Amino acid sequence: MKHCLVVDDSRVIRKVACKILESLDFETDEAEDGASALDRCRMRMPELILLDWQMPNMSGVEFIRTLRRELGGSRPVVVFCTTENDIGHISEAMGAGANDYVMKPYDRDILKAKLTQVGLV
Amino acid sequence: MLAELLNRRSGLVIGADKARLIESKLAPVARRFGFRNCAEMLGELPWPQEELAEAITEAMTTNESSFFRDRVPFDHFRARILPELCAARAGKKRLRIWCAAAATGQEAYSLAMILAETGLIADGWKVDLIATDLSRAAIARAREGVYSQYEAQRGLSVQTLVENFTQEGTNWRIGERLRRMVSFRSFNLLDHYGWLGDIDVVFCRNVLMYLDAHIKAAVLDRISATLAPDGWLILGAKESAPGWEADAVRGVYRGMRMAAAKASVA
Repeated sequence: MKHCLVVDDSRVIRKVACKILESLDFETDEAEDGASALDRCRMRMPELILLDWQMPNMSGVEFIRTLRRELGGSRPVVVFCTTENDIGHISEAMGAGANDYVMKPYDRDILKAKLTQVGLV
Repeated sequence: MLAELLNRRSGLVIGADKARLIESKLAPVARRFGFRNCAEMLGELPWPQEELAEAITEAMTTNESSFFRDRVPFDHFRARILPELCAARAGKKRLRIWCAAAATGQEAYSLAMILAETGLIADGWKVDLIATDLSRAAIARAREGVYSQYEAQRGLSVQTLVENFTQEGTNWRIGERLRRMVSFRSFNLLDHYGWLGDIDVVFCRNVLMYLDAHIKAAVLDRISATLAPDGWLILGAKESAPGWEADAVRGVYRGMRMAAAKASVA
């Protein structure tokens, strides 16, 4: 079973995302900001990270820059899931090493399609 | 009476699933035409005005679509069908592709993206990408090429989205280069196909499953007549043409259930 870390400061959004991911046969874990997500990754690296942008302590884009710098390469797959929906933010996220980008609000269909594109479903 | 109207105008059969949706699909039409409710509107059906008959038919058809829907047929188009047809037509450098149930345009634009990737047009090929649908409203939307954030995200990677669309508030507009590659028009699959000429690939997905059996056979006959002998008909994943396809069309590809089905079906 593939492992996904859901990083979002909203508990409700984390729960909804986890429910969708579990229906797609993922084992899920949660973190409420970039700093705790990094701690979790150091303990156990997931195959997939769903990542919000605006979070306390460490934003999504700071998190992915640190993650990619520490690990190198393109693993794990990181998909932004955020309300920052303009091209500027999308380009910044992709430039920082994101594999894809989901604009909130999203549903199971959209998430499944994205995860299919990145080869995880 | 409704069933008769739909069958006559579009070949559509109202299945049990659709019957449950009649009220919700037709209520907006009833309001638009000034009826108090659906029942009053349906009372007009023995002698409906053309405009009302058209609106009812359009409302009852399904315009569900998404970019690269089911993905596999598009992968197959890119990896097998296009190379094969390009090799066969290298002399004439001409291809004609028809999306026969284009709905709001996502399928046609998905094909346009694949064709743009190949560089065929830059290489001097004339590629006609024709997209038709029964619904004038759907075709008008397709021609406009503006999609909501939700629609744009369904089936497109963000990279593909950013490369091929421009953002307009919360909507996304297809790039002009791709928009110009597709000719949209409304067309009823029960009408004459003469204007289409020879077609190399027909995408007719998720339509035949809604049609009455003898109308489905008639539509398949017409498609067969317009399709080049080495052409391809792409059906939806849940569709088939039992007892017919082997003789009438050289290759029938049934979406995800039958990968590379050409050899085994033809």
